[in-house]
Amino acid sequence: MSETYIKVDHLSKLYRLGVAEAMHDSLGAAIGAALKAPFKNFRKLQGLSDFKDKDDESVLWALRDVSFEVREGEVLGVVGKNGAGKSTLLKLLSRISLPSSGSIEISGRVVSLLEVGTGFHKELSGRENIYMNGTILGMTRKEIDRKFDEIVAFSGVERFIDTPVKRYSSGMQVRLAFSVAAHLEPEIMIIDEVLAVGDADFQKRCLGKMKDVSQQGRTVLFVSHNMQAVQSLCTRCIMMENGRLVMDGGTDEVINYYLSKQMTGGSMRVYETPTDAPGNQQIRLQRAIVYKNSSTPSDGQLLYVNDELVFEFAFWNYSPGVHANLSLVLNTVKGEVIFNVVTDDKPIGEGLHVARFQIPANLLNDNVYSIDLYFIKNLKETICLIENAVSFEVHDAPREKAWYGKWIGAIRPKLHITFEQESRL
Amino acid sequence: MITKINPRKGWHFFTVEDFKELLQYKDLLYMLVGREISVLYKQTVFGFAWAIFRPLVQMVIFTFIFGKLVNMQSMIGTDVPYAVFSFTALVPWTYFAVALNSSTGSLIGNQQFFTKVYFPRMIIPITPIISKLLDFAIAFFILLVMLFAYGIVPNYQIVFLPLLVLLMMMTALGMSLWLSALAIQYRDVSQFMQFFAQLLMYAAPVIWPITLVPQGYRFVYGFYPMAGVIEGFRASLIGQSAMPWDMIGAGFITATILMITGVLYFRSRENVFADVV
Repeated sequence: MSETYIKVDHLSKLYRLGVAEAMHDSLGAAIGAALKAPFKNFRKLQGLSDFKDKDDESVLWALRDVSFEVREGEVLGVVGKNGAGKSTLLKLLSRISLPSSGSIEISGRVVSLLEVGTGFHKELSGRENIYMNGTILGMTRKEIDRKFDEIVAFSGVERFIDTPVKRYSSGMQVRLAFSVAAHLEPEIMIIDEVLAVGDADFQKRCLGKMKDVSQQGRTVLFVSHNMQAVQSLCTRCIMMENGRLVMDGGTDEVINYYLSKQMTGGSMRVYETPTDAPGNQQIRLQRAIVYKNSSTPSDGQLLYVNDELVFEFAFWNYSPGVHANLSLVLNTVKGEVIFNVVTDDKPIGEGLHVARFQIPANLLNDNVYSIDLYFIKNLKETICLIENAVSFEVHDAPREKAWYGKWIGAIRPKLHITFEQESRL
Repeated sequence: MITKINPRKGWHFFTVEDFKELLQYKDLLYMLVGREISVLYKQTVFGFAWAIFRPLVQMVIFTFIFGKLVNMQSMIGTDVPYAVFSFTALVPWTYFAVALNSSTGSLIGNQQFFTKVYFPRMIIPITPIISKLLDFAIAFFILLVMLFAYGIVPNYQIVFLPLLVLLMMMTALGMSLWLSALAIQYRDVSQFMQFFAQLLMYAAPVIWPITLVPQGYRFVYGFYPMAGVIEGFRASLIGQSAMPWDMIGAGFITATILMITGVLYFRSRENVFADVV
C-alpha cells in the first residue's frame, strides 16, 4: 500500500458575507447612523477575520467537516457546482488561506495552478516572466536556468520570448504559464480549470503532461466543470455540495450522479393548482416543459447539444375576448439573450392554451438556459410576464476528437463547410 | 517533507523555520525587486531621472520658501547654503517616505499574488524597502556632486553612513510591517498615510536645524529614528558637527522595537490576508 499523500481531516472554513445596510427613514436616524458608522464599520471589518458568533446570519460555511485522503499517484477529480466549496478546498490545500477548524497533512511539495500566470507582469518579457513565475511557485533561479529551454519549447513561444507579454495573445500567455508550472516537478499538483483556454493541440499536450505526472507516481488534484476531461484523467472523484463532501468514489459513478443532480426541478414544471402557478389575474401558467424530441417528457433527462428540443408552455387565460400574442426570450444563465421569438397576434378565448416550438439539434451551445414568457395585448401592452418559466441545461455531447476545451460561441450551429483544393502550385 | 496545515490563532512568533523558509525564497525577493525597478520607469520619458527630480524639486521649493522667504538660513547658524542643508536631509527622507508609502500599500497592490500562491508573505513588504535603495543611490550621487560643486568636503564620519542607511531601512520596514498588515483589512490606513507622511516630515529636522531642539531634549527626540538619521547624514557629509550618537542610539532602540513588534503583528495576521482583502 502506498503512502498517503494528502490527508484532509474534518476540515471547515468560515467566511463572512456582506450584510445589507439598514435603511433610515428620517434625517435624525440617518445622522445618528452616520455618527455610529465608524464603530459599526470597525466591527464589520474586524468581523472579516474574527468569528466569535458563528451562528450569525452573515457567516458562511464554505467548507463543513470535509474528510478524505489521496494516495500517491492518484488523480483525484473534484466536481461540484459553483459555490460548492471546490475553490475554498483548493485554497486551503495550497496554503493560501488557513482552515477555521480541522487539519490537512501533506507530504511532498505542492504546486497549485489556481490561476495560471500568477506573477506575470505585462511589461516584462516572456523570459523575465518565466523567472518571475517560476520563483513565485517556489523554484530557485538555478532550477529555472536548467529547465529554461524545455519550458520555452513546451510553450511554443520561442520567437516571442524577449517580447513583453502584453503583446502576447491570451492563449500564448496561458501556454507559457502552464509550461512553467508543468516543469516544476512537484510531488502534488493542484489544477483548477486550466483546460478552459488554449487550443486543441496545446490541450492535448497538457493532458499528456498531467498523465505523465501521475504515471511518475505523483499526485494530481483536478478541478473542472468539464466532465469529459475529468473522465479521461481521473481515477477517482469527490463531489462537493454546499461546502460538504457528498460523494467519494469511482469517476463514472460520481460524474453520473453529479450530472443527474444538476437537472432537478428545472426542465419540467407542472402546476396542479393555478394559485401556486406563476402569473396574474389574467394569465396563469399551467405547465412548462422541455424534452428531447426522441423521447417522452420526463424529469431529469439529460439534454445534449445534438438533441432536438421540444418546448411546451400551457397557460390559462381568464380575460374574455383579448387580442394577444406570445413572446419568448431565451437567456443564458448569465443573462445574455440568445433569441426572442414571437407568435402572431390573434384573439384568444378564456381557457387553457398551449404553445409548442422546437429548437433543432446542433443550434444551442452547451450552457444553462432559461425562458421568459411575455403575454402582449394588442401588440403593445405586456399583460403578464413570467420570468424563468422553465430552465434547462444543454450538455456537451461526447466529441469525436480529443479536445476538451469549452466550445466558444453564443450558439453552436453545425454548418456544412466545404473545403477542397482549388488549384495546384 | 510533511506539511501540516492547522487553524492558527493568537500571536505567532518568527521561528528558525520561518527564517529558513524566507531564505529559500530569496530568489523570489530578488526577482520582485528586479521587477519593481525595471517596471517603475518603463514607458516614461525621463526614466531614472525621476529619482533625481523628486528630491531636487523639493529642495528648490524649500530653498525658496524656507531659505529665502522665512530666512531659515539665519537659524541654521553656519555658512552652509540652505540648498545643501535641506538636500542632505531630503535624500534619506525621500527614501524613507517613498519606501514607507509603497511598502504600506504593497499588500493591497499585490493581492493577485498571495490570493493565488503560497510563499512567505513578508517578502511583499520587504521588496520596496530594498528596491527603493536604487533611487536613494541615484539621489545620493547627485548629493555628492552638489557637495563637490559647493566645495564641501565630507569628513571621516562618512564611514558611519552605512549604519545610518541600516537605521533608516529598519525604521521603514518596522513601520511598514505594521501598516501594510493593517491596511489590507482597514483601508483607512491609506487615507491616514496621506497626512501622516507629512506629519512625519515636519517632525524630522528636514527643513529646520536640530539647534531648535534644546540640547537636553535631543536624546528623547532621538527616539524618532529619522531625526538621528538626518542629523547623522549632515554630520558626516557636511562635516560641521559631531555624529549625534545619543540620537542614533535612541533611534536604534525604537527601530528594533518596531521591527520585532512589526514581525509579530504581521505573522499573526498573515493567515487571514487572503480572506479579508
